[in-house]
Amino acid sequence: MNGAIGRLGYGVRLAASCWALAVLPAPAAAQDLAITGGTVHTVSGEVLEGATVLIRDGRIVEVARDVDLPAGISRVDATDRVVTPGLFDVTTSLGLVEVGAVSSTVDGQMQGDPVRAAFDVVDGLNPRSVLIPVSRAGGLTTALAAPSGGLIAGQAAVIDLAGTSVDEMVVRAGAAMIANFSAVAAGGARGAVSLRLREVLDDARFWRENRVEFDAGRSRDVSASRLDLEALGPVLIGEMPLIVSVHRASDIEAVLRIAADYGLDLVIAGGSEAWMVADRIADAGVPVIVKPLTNNPGGFDRLGARFDNAALLHAAGVDVIIGSFTSHNARYLTLEAGNAVRFGLPWEMALRAATLAPAKALGLAAEYGSLEAGKVGNVVVWTGDPFELSSRAETVVIRGRVTSLDNRQRGLLRRYRELDDERPAFKETGP
Amino acid sequence: MTEPRMRRCLFLALLSLVLVAAGCASSAGSGPESGPVPSAQAEGDGAKADRQLLNGTRNGAWESSYEPLPSGPVLIRGGTVMTAAGEEIAGGDVLLVDGRIQAVGMDLDVPAGAHVIDASGRFVTPGIIDTHSHLGVYPSPSVEGMGEGNEATNPVTAEVWAEHGVWPQDAGFWRALAGGVTTIQVLPGSANLIGGRGVTLKLVPGRGVTDMMFPRAPMGLKMACGENPKRVYATRGPSTRMGNVAGYRAAFIRAEAYRETWDRWLEGDRQSDAPDRDLQLETLAEVLRGNILVQNHCYRADDMLTMLELAREFGFSIRSFHHATEAYKIRDYLAAEGVGASMWVDWWGFKMEAFDGIPENIALVSDAGATAILHTDSGLEIQILNQNAARAMYAGLAAGIDVSRDDALRWITANAAWALGIDDRTGTLEPGKAGDVVIWSGDPFSVYTRADQVFIDGATVFDRERSRGNPVSDFELGILPEAGRGGAR
Repeated sequence: MNGAIGRLGYGVRLAASCWALAVLPAPAAAQDLAITGGTVHTVSGEVLEGATVLIRDGRIVEVARDVDLPAGISRVDATDRVVTPGLFDVTTSLGLVEVGAVSSTVDGQMQGDPVRAAFDVVDGLNPRSVLIPVSRAGGLTTALAAPSGGLIAGQAAVIDLAGTSVDEMVVRAGAAMIANFSAVAAGGARGAVSLRLREVLDDARFWRENRVEFDAGRSRDVSASRLDLEALGPVLIGEMPLIVSVHRASDIEAVLRIAADYGLDLVIAGGSEAWMVADRIADAGVPVIVKPLTNNPGGFDRLGARFDNAALLHAAGVDVIIGSFTSHNARYLTLEAGNAVRFGLPWEMALRAATLAPAKALGLAAEYGSLEAGKVGNVVVWTGDPFELSSRAETVVIRGRVTSLDNRQRGLLRRYRELDDERPAFKETGP
Repeated sequence: MTEPRMRRCLFLALLSLVLVAAGCASSAGSGPESGPVPSAQAEGDGAKADRQLLNGTRNGAWESSYEPLPSGPVLIRGGTVMTAAGEEIAGGDVLLVDGRIQAVGMDLDVPAGAHVIDASGRFVTPGIIDTHSHLGVYPSPSVEGMGEGNEATNPVTAEVWAEHGVWPQDAGFWRALAGGVTTIQVLPGSANLIGGRGVTLKLVPGRGVTDMMFPRAPMGLKMACGENPKRVYATRGPSTRMGNVAGYRAAFIRAEAYRETWDRWLEGDRQSDAPDRDLQLETLAEVLRGNILVQNHCYRADDMLTMLELAREFGFSIRSFHHATEAYKIRDYLAAEGVGASMWVDWWGFKMEAFDGIPENIALVSDAGATAILHTDSGLEIQILNQNAARAMYAGLAAGIDVSRDDALRWITANAAWALGIDDRTGTLEPGKAGDVVIWSGDPFSVYTRADQVFIDGATVFDRERSRGNPVSDFELGILPEAGRGGAR
């Protein structure tokens, strides 16, 4: 796929972050496809009955009722089916974890200093993770593979769930900086979170403006490593979104103040009590990533958790994004979206919250998140309403190619589908 | 009577509904039965005292003080009645009288003074049951001072009882209720090989835990296989699956001797002092007698087969495996042995023993004729048990597995009731069962459906439309005025 690769304008990048500058290899085979006859939810525009989505060279070129199809083009018949953009989950560690409790398979968390802004997940990504085809089977085509832990966890990458190499998979490295409003990581008090975040942002600005002096050893002390300060550069100039996991209403306000003071491109994640400060969040133009199925007062920072958080935020004018906040079950983003609808979020907004809204928050709306000409050909054909429990993703198209929905779990199912005289070990050897 | 005969008589008397006087002669069956322990009214004073001696509730201590909320007759009319007993009746009625289901059918007469609820366009099911909850012992808020689930100080803590750690003010109870849940089993955690006794609760608020206890429900015993105990006790042991099994065996060897000592004393003239009590062995001896139902956290197929060997060695039954992510691999064994499996729809991959979990697990186990149960182990997912049953059903159907809507409903009602030994009293919409009923806004197998009203023993405990009258925990009262309405949202 050409040209979908975002390029961060910020000057010097580390070698590990150079994916952002790379151009993905050209497709080995044609990525031309016509998905015909379905009820097409474009997300950016209207719902089209019996419409065709035409993809050429991996990009959508037309979405309409009457489309002249090129001779010989591959077709997917979506008659009586629902067609949507591929789902986009920005709350995963896909490619960075295989088995949660097996530490050698967990690459999303760098231990040590609470500030790890330079930590970039890209070189740890595993395109052959068994979680990727499992997620794809749920209609997920794109994900943010995010680091976790600490105060500043590091840099996340946007990946398409296709390909056998990191080069193929990565859409944008350094797509977002991940941070946590974590008093524990900051030193035990909420005030320390703000203190530490402001200190490191100040130092990143200082480092930017005094780099020559710094390298010459004529600088004041700074609170983070050179690499961390450099990595925060794009965040400081608003080119790299800062996603902050934060729940308590007053903590959200503290983060909004910091974002305003430093001109950050802030995204709130979690936001259990975001509905309580929805107007302020809306005024600041900050999107909120919610997990709609959240309503237990699990801690004193989320006593206000409620199922209609997404609906209330939307009603206040906040751009709502829906996340699964898991990796193994990111395939069930639709369950979260359906439950957001159950508790009042308009259906169309729930679909947008799992497609275009995340793309927009990450500066990828020109390429991802809706079905319109020019966008990357990530499309899902569903057997029915994508949020309904009886529906499933029937065809998942990534960059114009129909992907396999087979996976290790289905291999296990085939092996154990019948228990008979033949021992399972001699049956089905996997997808 | 010979001694073995006598013991068998006692065993049956303790176990079945049949009266002591008639029990020995008329009961031909043996082994664990699905019936509850005898009700206080039905058993004689002597038998009751003996039962209390054996299970550690002497003088009636620790017994349920549950009282149903007051209720009048209720006729739920014209809904799609999903009975969990085979039938789905379009335009059916359910009549609740004196806290019980009096009738289920078409065009029932309205009894005098009955409150009539129009359920047309809506669905009616039995109250949902979760066999695996830690509500109350790992409550909300989950903060310092509140974790009661794991007495992780010894690999065998058969002496602890979950009910002694249940906090009735857990806000999670009322959110579960709002999701249509009427009965839960609260279990100790899985840190230990033998974690302690579980307790079955009705989701009706009380000031103490006994006010919530399901009357005369058998207790459960939490046991755990595999990774958790060996991780928790890695430095002192057990640190391997071998050590795990040695630990169970050592405990049950002691329990056999204890049971023998007590049973001999009970059968004798009781002139000598009663044997010394041992809280651990008291619990395990009751497992050996079949009076406490084993609820066994176990993921891997081979681990479950190992536990079946253990049960065979000591002559007890495992009522249900829990989590059982690989139950589908041994579903024929589960069916043949009469062992249930309480499973998630889709949890997998968070540790090695969960790596082979598949969404078709429940449907495969169900289709094989084993008792399939959908459980949650989660204060969140307990609120969407109906959705999870639907997801497990649709996953099965997509794979061509023959499961029905009634099967799927039974995974969260009748089968769960069986796993808890209360299936004679709740879990289906049949005359004589408790008035534990949910009215849903639509098909409970749709993501958009909500529980509108929840009845427990005939009384409305939750009503989505009312702004006052639904339970709210003390903890939430006034702590966040903008938010505090419990599970109503």
